[in-house]
Amino acid sequence: METAEKTLDEILTLAAAHFKVPREKLSPDEDFFKALGIDSLQTLDLLTKLENHFRVELPDYELQGVTDFRTLAAKIQARL
Amino acid sequence: MNSFEGQTLSWQLKNGVVELALHREPLNEISSLTLGELEKFVSALNSLSGEAHAVIIYSALPAGFCAGADLRELYQWIQQYGQAEVAGHTREYLERIHAVMNALDASPLTTIAAVHGVTFGGGFELALTCDLIIADKLARFCFPELRLGLIPGYGGIPRLKRDIGNAVMRDLLLTGRSFNATKAQQIGLVSQVVSEGEALQAARATAGQMAKFDRQTAAVAKRFIKQIPHEELRREIDIFCDLIARPAVQAGLKKFVESTDAQPYLP
Repeated sequence: METAEKTLDEILTLAAAHFKVPREKLSPDEDFFKALGIDSLQTLDLLTKLENHFRVELPDYELQGVTDFRTLAAKIQARL
Repeated sequence: MNSFEGQTLSWQLKNGVVELALHREPLNEISSLTLGELEKFVSALNSLSGEAHAVIIYSALPAGFCAGADLRELYQWIQQYGQAEVAGHTREYLERIHAVMNALDASPLTTIAAVHGVTFGGGFELALTCDLIIADKLARFCFPELRLGLIPGYGGIPRLKRDIGNAVMRDLLLTGRSFNATKAQQIGLVSQVVSEGEALQAARATAGQMAKFDRQTAAVAKRFIKQIPHEELRREIDIFCDLIARPAVQAGLKKFVESTDAQPYLP
């Protein structure tokens, strides 16, 4: 069972690698749209990457209004 | 016609495989222009069948396979024809698109959809006409029509029911949520999941394998195992036409058209 902190750390690492952003520039409570400079289409890519990495399903209706990494991690943690 | 270069799609016959490339920016939205070129393609398939054994449908655009129907065009019709006449015009359009989808579904050639990225609505329905769907692992599927107060109108529900027909299908349809290629493979909609950017190559390799077999036997096998749900397809058109004239649909389409989001069809 992954801890919430470990899940959050893995999300930040994965997002940084996929969108080629320095990992140290991302912080848990940041708006990931702004931090990663992504649009809704790229957000779908991120969602798929996260689902594949954590082997979970994240229904997009559960993610409506989610903009920061910490809340995203909590949503994933709830499905691990 | 062994090759064609259209405004929304192109095709060419090479080594016994007809490759149909979708290339209408921004994301291959299916408009009446696309439909006209798909009708040309289906018509050409009859003559290509003698020289080919397989068809591959793919997108030449990096963002994805196809975002579905051109909803801006649909909204324009409603404005143009008014509530009273829109159902009739919609029925005429759906009859044409169902004829194309049914022809692809029933083609004696083996058909493969090679998909990546957004494969939504009508784009998903186009893929479902194919015998096999090969998906890039970043492909994402969705039937978002209920968000607009509609149901899928290009044959999606009867073909989904044919292929999986269970509670997962109801979940996907009734929530309008998107799902990834792994899930699509788990539920039996996708037969192969490949690395990012590899769907077309995998489809070509699969088509190459199929070239080894007797063409007539393959066509007979396909006809035997893949029947077209004509009765349900007819009912789908009726239901769609009943729904389209409602004010709720017009309001949903208006909201979509007026959205400033570059990809308003996304969740």
